[in-house]
Amino acid sequence: METELTIPAQSEFADEIYNECGETVNLCYQCRKCSAGCPVSYAMDYPPAQLMHAIRLGLDDLVFNSKTMWMCASCETCSTRCPQEIDIAAVMDAVKIIGLRKGKRPAVPRVAIFDKVMVNHIKNFGRMFELGMIMNLKLKTREFMKDAELGITMLRKGKLKMIPSFKGARTAKRIYSRVKKLEKRGRREAV
Amino acid sequence: MTSTYAYYPGCSLHATAMEYDISFKAVCKKLGIELKEINDWICCGASSAHSYSKILSTALPAHSLIAAEETGLKEVVVPCAACFTRLKTAAHDVENNPEIAAQMAEIFDREVPKSVKILHPLEIFTNGNDITGTQVKDMSGLKVACYYGCLLTRPPKVMQFDECEYPMSMDNLLRSVGIETLDWSFKTDCCGGSFSLTETEVVRKLVHDIFEEAKAVGANAIAVACPLCHANLDTRQTEIEKEYSAKYGIPIFYFTQLIGLALGIPAGELAIEKHFVSAEGMI
Repeated sequence: METELTIPAQSEFADEIYNECGETVNLCYQCRKCSAGCPVSYAMDYPPAQLMHAIRLGLDDLVFNSKTMWMCASCETCSTRCPQEIDIAAVMDAVKIIGLRKGKRPAVPRVAIFDKVMVNHIKNFGRMFELGMIMNLKLKTREFMKDAELGITMLRKGKLKMIPSFKGARTAKRIYSRVKKLEKRGRREAV
Repeated sequence: MTSTYAYYPGCSLHATAMEYDISFKAVCKKLGIELKEINDWICCGASSAHSYSKILSTALPAHSLIAAEETGLKEVVVPCAACFTRLKTAAHDVENNPEIAAQMAEIFDREVPKSVKILHPLEIFTNGNDITGTQVKDMSGLKVACYYGCLLTRPPKVMQFDECEYPMSMDNLLRSVGIETLDWSFKTDCCGGSFSLTETEVVRKLVHDIFEEAKAVGANAIAVACPLCHANLDTRQTEIEKEYSAKYGIPIFYFTQLIGLALGIPAGELAIEKHFVSAEGMI
């Protein structure tokens, strides 16, 4: 009896990453240059090369539960040095974006909160109002005393503005709503 | 020489990095370079938008590119390294990815201009503008480590700026006005960037490594071209000294402040007093 066996060329997860950022993780041959050059790999649970391999193998859970992409500082050293020209930093972004979309809990919540606060802040203000953004971040992370001394020195030196400018707020809101519309349509078409 | 550029300051240069804005404008004035701030610029979304939505991370800087074109000028100068990389990435993606170009056209009801050239202050001082020999102040005694950070040169495919692993543009510029700069191996190592507000211990570790190397080669000052680098190296220096039981006392300058000093602009007009680590007695 003959059985039809098809082995997909790449995992569904790798496909998803490709659709999100246009990068093909299957090109990776594990030279580990990315892990060697990564300044934050010491603080990751899986160095970048291992995360790439896990994506190739379709180990979604392992990847989404990992701290690696949340600890990525976006310094782009990996993308610069990859002999296969994979934009690894873009893959890190794609994993974060897909994970959030699927409602996965970020392994480093503080960083995810920061991103969310920043993105919302730009929507409401157009230009960043640093003091307001930091206050908002503190409310969300409940770390009220963190860097208090530093903030006071900043204020004393006149480096933090006290009053926000709303210049560009309307423009930003319009851009956000159009982006949202476009993304919704993109997802409908993908289904 | 007279040349005019559209100017995208970005959020930081209006607040925590005001020294960069003030000193950059002072040097431009001295050199006869005119800056016309883009009226309708918005935040480039740096640090976070790209971890959130690819379309949003392109649309935010794309808006400012359109606004830059509307000034009628062909070149926009962007001092903040993070803004610089976001604007360049947006322009690169619009040019090379028809899908993204179409998405942007839909968001803005028009094409994103491909003709606007995005420049960094390091390029406008060096590109055709030779300032060799214009210094009036003796800058000997300063031993500067030029710290370029990540985003000026990376990713090289997009940035096309200098040599990505060992850039020299800032060194050459400072040397041309009589400032000694040093060879060292941490020019483009990461300082942790926006982790400053979240994963601060990572920033302290990375910046500690940078200071150790700067000290080992005998630097008594560090020059930067990025507000995030400046914040991490300057405002966190005391806590790093405490954590690692070390003593650095290395003032961190924006490279524009050092050029300004060499050109004879008084320190008071370059906002040097705004630094956390004092440069008193050195300049």
